[in-house]
Amino acid sequence: MRRFEMIARSPVFVALFLSLAIAGCAKKPVNSAGDLGLGAGAATPGSTQDFTVNVGDRIFFDVDSSVIRADAQQTLSKQAQWLQRYPNYAITVEGHADERGTREYNLALGQRRAAATRNFLAARGVPAQRIKTLSYGNERPVAVCDSESCWSQNRRAITVLGGAGS
Amino acid sequence: MLKLSRLFLSAVALVMATSMIATLPARAELKLDITRGVVEPMPIAITDFLSGDQLGAQISGVIAADLERSGLFAPVDKGAFIEKISNPDAAPRFEDWKVINAQALVTGRVTKQGDGRLKAEFRLWDTFAGQQLEGQQFFTAPDSWRRVAHIIADAIYEKLTGEKGYFDTRIVFVDESGTKEKRIKRLGIMDQDGANVRYLTNGKDLVLTPRFSPSRQEITYMSYEGGKPQIYLLQLETGQRELVGNFPGMTIAPRFSPDGQKVVMSLLQEDGSANVYAMDLRSRTTTRLTSTSAIDTGASYSPDGTQVVFESDRGGRPQIYKMGADGSNPQRISFGDGSYSTPVWSPRGDLISFTKQSGGQFSIGVMKTDGSGERILTSGYHDEGPTWAPNGRVLMFFRMPPGSNSPHLMTVDLTGRNLRQIQTPNLASDPAWSPLLE
Repeated sequence: MRRFEMIARSPVFVALFLSLAIAGCAKKPVNSAGDLGLGAGAATPGSTQDFTVNVGDRIFFDVDSSVIRADAQQTLSKQAQWLQRYPNYAITVEGHADERGTREYNLALGQRRAAATRNFLAARGVPAQRIKTLSYGNERPVAVCDSESCWSQNRRAITVLGGAGS
Repeated sequence: MLKLSRLFLSAVALVMATSMIATLPARAELKLDITRGVVEPMPIAITDFLSGDQLGAQISGVIAADLERSGLFAPVDKGAFIEKISNPDAAPRFEDWKVINAQALVTGRVTKQGDGRLKAEFRLWDTFAGQQLEGQQFFTAPDSWRRVAHIIADAIYEKLTGEKGYFDTRIVFVDESGTKEKRIKRLGIMDQDGANVRYLTNGKDLVLTPRFSPSRQEITYMSYEGGKPQIYLLQLETGQRELVGNFPGMTIAPRFSPDGQKVVMSLLQEDGSANVYAMDLRSRTTTRLTSTSAIDTGASYSPDGTQVVFESDRGGRPQIYKMGADGSNPQRISFGDGSYSTPVWSPRGDLISFTKQSGGQFSIGVMKTDGSGERILTSGYHDEGPTWAPNGRVLMFFRMPPGSNSPHLMTVDLTGRNLRQIQTPNLASDPAWSPLLE
């Protein structure tokens, strides 16, 4: 906070700061399009928001399984098309497990899910060497509770984009 | 460094008391048989060590807490004491201790030496036989007074049970803070009773599964540093860190060989398999121990270094397998309901501890090294990751209440009856017990 107060003494910086702040706010609705009643299509085509909102950045797995389910195949096929259209993004597939396993096994299971996801994308035309894998095991749950309603959200592989245009 | 020397008996009165005992009918030496299933805790009176300040009572308090937590001893309430010990070199009035049913009595003294060090002396008495069982003295820096107390507790434990103690040991663990969804994890180290916590990493990088070297002040652990999760070594005295190997993928589940010269771990490969590798820390050569498309992980050496136990889902669900230290002849040894993981070979060599998942519960159990004689010691919503006390009598693990992602540390002994929580400043997981300190 102190830094902003110092910067705010200069009117030029105040204007710059405000415009940045507004831009920061404007980004948000793109991620959660429904909240502000904006169409999902509001995301710029080819942006990470476009990928997350219009394609879907994650797939889910059954208990103790790395089989790509039918619903996940649809998502990954769309991902593969998009990733081929925008070939400049570096890709990391993160594999995750639910908490109902032991730590080391879950790290390995997360890797197995990431590898299965990578293989599927490669089979749909995304160059395999473009895709890194990383497992978080059960270290990064999206939902924590004592039932399947949470665990099923945590058994996932997320396709994370980085290095746009680089 | 701590110096240890036997306390020689010099008081004539004691020599006389001993020779008088010799003329009495033979009586079995006071001993607690801890090999039976149920042990009635031995009543023991631990008097405040004589000192000019609070230190004497503090040392006695640490000794009493160690012995009590073992579940094998029941320290007698100080309020019941009749005799006030004023000269710890002289024999106590045994009748005064027998009448309050203190089978064993501990007396002692702590004095500041001219060179600034502390001298701590103790004697252990068998009140019913009317004789001294043990007497030792130690010199140490004043800030190591807790260590001296643990060493004395170990000496008492060993004399009365016939087995090595485990109180002068430390625990390396993962300290957890932050949100349920994104824990901040730091490596922590503390005494086995939860005292003297300090942190070895700053929480910037996710760190997991620290393990103690059996031979050096060194740990191995896994870190997500630089976005590439790998196994590291950390020298505790110098803070020096180094990467273990340079593998093409993530490495997980490190553990030292019994001589401290090798680290066994699993490499996660691009095809989704996990295989066990051993790295010789001197020659830097790696040996592949398993070659399957399955998940092979959680490897742990037998204390003689000739065998490795590990978990694998090559048969479907995770089960425990055993193989030669060169990877030869892998054989499944767990056949119960559910799945088995995190096998750890006992330092005594006789048992393998594990985490078992069955019927929605996570349990800590032990089995013989051929897989027979499975015993579940404790169960809960999520009990995971046993580590052995160096005497092979007690296991520490972490426990999470339902739906909380909030672990804390617990100990349980081999009877399964003595379950205790270890107090830590924050949430804590992944404990690993040190060997007895040098």
